[in-house]
Amino acid sequence: MTKLAAKPLYEGSDWNFDTIQRIYDTVETIAREELDLNTYPNQIEVITAEQMLDAYSSTGMPLLYNHWSFGKQFLTNELMYRKGQRGLAYELVINSDPCINYIMEENSATMQTLVLAHAAFGHNHFFKNNYLFQQWTDAEGILDYLEFAKRYISQCEERYGQVQVERLLDAAHALNRQGVHRYPRGQARDLKAELARENVRHAQRERDYDDIYRTLPAAKAKAADAGVSARAAALGLPQENVLYFLEKSAPRLAPWQREILRITRVLAQYFYPQGQTKVMNEGAACYVHYRIMTTLHQRGHITEGSFLEFLTSHTNVVSQPMFDSGHYGGLNPYWVGYNMMQDIAQVCVAPTEEDRLWSPDIAGNGDVEGTLKHIWANYRDESFVSQFLSPRLMRQWRLFKLDDHEKVDHIKVDAIHDERGYRELRRGLARQYDISWQEPDIQIVDVDLAGDRTLMLEHHVTNGVLLAEKDACRVVQHLADLWGYEVVLREIEPEGGSSLKEHKARPRATGPRLAEG
Amino acid sequence: MHIVDRRLNPGGKSLVNRQRFLRRAKALVQQAVRDSLKDRSIKDLEQEGEVTIPRDEVHEPSFRRGASGGNREHILPGNKEYLSGDQIERPPGGGEGAGGHQGEGDDEFRFVLSREEFLDLFLDDLELPELAKKKLTSGEAEGVRQAGYSTSGSPSALSIGRTMRNSMSRRIALKRPRGEDMAKLEAEIARLEALAKDTGADHAEELAKLREEYERLERRRKLITYVDPIDLRYRRFEPTPKPISQAVMFCLMDVSGSMTEHMKDLAKRFYALLHLFLKRCYRHLEVVFIRHTDRAEEVDEETFFYSRETGGTLVSTALEKMLQVMKDRYSPNDWNIYVAQASDGDNMPSDTAKTIALMADEIMPVAQYVAYLEVGREEDPMMAMGGPLMRASDLWRSYGQIDGQNGKFVMRKVHHRREIYPVFRELFAKRGLAAGRAQS
Repeated sequence: MTKLAAKPLYEGSDWNFDTIQRIYDTVETIAREELDLNTYPNQIEVITAEQMLDAYSSTGMPLLYNHWSFGKQFLTNELMYRKGQRGLAYELVINSDPCINYIMEENSATMQTLVLAHAAFGHNHFFKNNYLFQQWTDAEGILDYLEFAKRYISQCEERYGQVQVERLLDAAHALNRQGVHRYPRGQARDLKAELARENVRHAQRERDYDDIYRTLPAAKAKAADAGVSARAAALGLPQENVLYFLEKSAPRLAPWQREILRITRVLAQYFYPQGQTKVMNEGAACYVHYRIMTTLHQRGHITEGSFLEFLTSHTNVVSQPMFDSGHYGGLNPYWVGYNMMQDIAQVCVAPTEEDRLWSPDIAGNGDVEGTLKHIWANYRDESFVSQFLSPRLMRQWRLFKLDDHEKVDHIKVDAIHDERGYRELRRGLARQYDISWQEPDIQIVDVDLAGDRTLMLEHHVTNGVLLAEKDACRVVQHLADLWGYEVVLREIEPEGGSSLKEHKARPRATGPRLAEG
Repeated sequence: MHIVDRRLNPGGKSLVNRQRFLRRAKALVQQAVRDSLKDRSIKDLEQEGEVTIPRDEVHEPSFRRGASGGNREHILPGNKEYLSGDQIERPPGGGEGAGGHQGEGDDEFRFVLSREEFLDLFLDDLELPELAKKKLTSGEAEGVRQAGYSTSGSPSALSIGRTMRNSMSRRIALKRPRGEDMAKLEAEIARLEALAKDTGADHAEELAKLREEYERLERRRKLITYVDPIDLRYRRFEPTPKPISQAVMFCLMDVSGSMTEHMKDLAKRFYALLHLFLKRCYRHLEVVFIRHTDRAEEVDEETFFYSRETGGTLVSTALEKMLQVMKDRYSPNDWNIYVAQASDGDNMPSDTAKTIALMADEIMPVAQYVAYLEVGREEDPMMAMGGPLMRASDLWRSYGQIDGQNGKFVMRKVHHRREIYPVFRELFAKRGLAAGRAQS
């Protein structure tokens, strides 16, 4: 163990900018030497509670275009804060390069240390290294893009009127969740690879050829289908990114309207990874701050009192009320993430027989930091849970799974933390974090180009859960306003494709008509 | 790493969004603000406050799964007793299981309005009766405002910018030799002198020419001064009539035995609204409380509302008292005068003529606005039987004879607390709006 520091970084709870600098330097040393973290450069910004409220209501971004819904958000947060129902976050961190960390002026010196370890190193490392963020977000360009978006939208407001822009944004926000590409776009085609693939396909056809197929009567329906598929190919259908489709293909939108759709779509895409990595991101940050704070304490950089203060707030953050406690509001991602990280660390250095059976790849490899960093880089919540949730944790948490079927009178306990239940629990929990399982699967399937240009969408219903009706009607209405012609959304059974429900809307003739004639 | 202190950055980043939200939900918020009047005491009428509007109107829809129906599964922590295969009774209130806590209470949106926002919404489409403006423009008090420039004035009003501009254009026009030209000439002379001394070469003729030129320029510089009196410009101030922005509000109330607490409460609410409203219109507002039975006295607010008196009722005494206070302290030349009178309508029949005379001949000519509020019992037996049967009170009939003078004198009857605000709005509604409402 390294020798103890001569004197603690700070005493008491007061701090100034020198203290912050000293704390940051020490924390950085530990983060680099002990955890070997790889982060974007940090920018620490000290803000007030009011500014934190402002940041809250613009989805955490330092600048954002104006819209009433952010005002609504602000009022909600303000009320909660005033009534003391909710404290404000101690920090807020933005996935940008340089990484911006907001820290609150009210924090004590210990809290600032914790916050720096948590956000400036934990989250920052995660942002920089996780594959989802690398694939989908442009940390370097986001601030400039926000700046551009804000300016562009305020120019549009000047030129076309606030009301017009507001209506457009209302509609675009309603479709936000349908505004992301869920899968990486196809890479540019490589001629050689294409040729090789074509050869393989050709060889297969030759092998399978049998003259007898020629005598089969041709299917009639094919002729009609050909039209559909040609149209579908031309329009890039089916398309699940509704905003993208509208931006590219809606017939009656003005160029500025397309650009604004694009802006909301780009921002939705930017936030897309964050929703899928909440558990991992917080887990990683909590693990990092815990390690760093412990080391600081061991090396005498912080006093016993500070360490106790840290432990108190750490425990508050990673606490989880049980389902029957009355405070239960879903699983706390901090709790799930932090415990899993600690569990993985234990599997790496002190595995039990069970661990060797369940996680043979990492059990006893002795390399905690390397293993965790590999995990932080290459998983998202869903795959992380389905890969690493250990039976030990399920026992500790006393997890159980309920099945609630519409047609059955009782709720059934499907699995508990026993030998038979582990796999089911793990699969079930992973599914709770699986965005493709949680978000309804809605796609644009066809456009009646020859007829009245009706836009057709399908919702592939899973487990018989339909869309919330009132909301669906409203969003379809927004969609119709954007599209400029009739829109039909069918909710269909995945097997057999029978239609369960249909939502229809025509563009509103007066008032909030978006598309220009 | 950089540390940036953002604490001093201008706040209110969310102000625009907040205003946009309020504008969007204006009708609802306004309704909520008006409803909240019922629950507020008069003292904190103008405090910031929480309002609630239906969430539905400001809902942001999205495609999301419904809260009920279908097959669902939940993973929960903290199992104590269940074994796999157990059947649990479905909890009442939807098939949500132990999952979410959405539902009741969620259909309302609560938030806090600041004091300004509250008042703005509260008094949004009200305005002072038009007559008030006549007074405002007549302008007894005088102020000054800047009105261009003049060639004379006091030194303190000298406009340096203007003066120097004139000076420069004059110097350029008259080709006043510039300082650097003089310096150049001087340097040239010095150079030649030095040259003559060193080398002994004879530059006498050249030097003489230069010296002459130098002197000529020097003379010219003296003739054409740097700043000439004709350059001077002074900021000119012009006296202008300044609108009077002070008002006095006379609250007159009958406190004789027949006025119940309920009636006083009604009156108080009306006064409070009027006070709130006038305070927004005038920078300086004073309130005079005059109570009367068969004699009148000026009292403070506490006494006015809460102490009891007995005696007969002579309305004219209050009017006389008011005129006297007005004469002593509030000259109609300097003050906008508002009168609000509340009474249950009783008056001695013998006093009627005097009251009408005072009101019509003495008060009406000087007051901006006179409102007479007749307060009744909460459940007026006569009201229940239908309007026409109701007997008009003495005072009501007396005042009925006074010429309204384009709404300068108004009278209303109020029985219940909930009628106060509508009556108040009716009195001060914007003219255009009121007309529009009447047509529709």
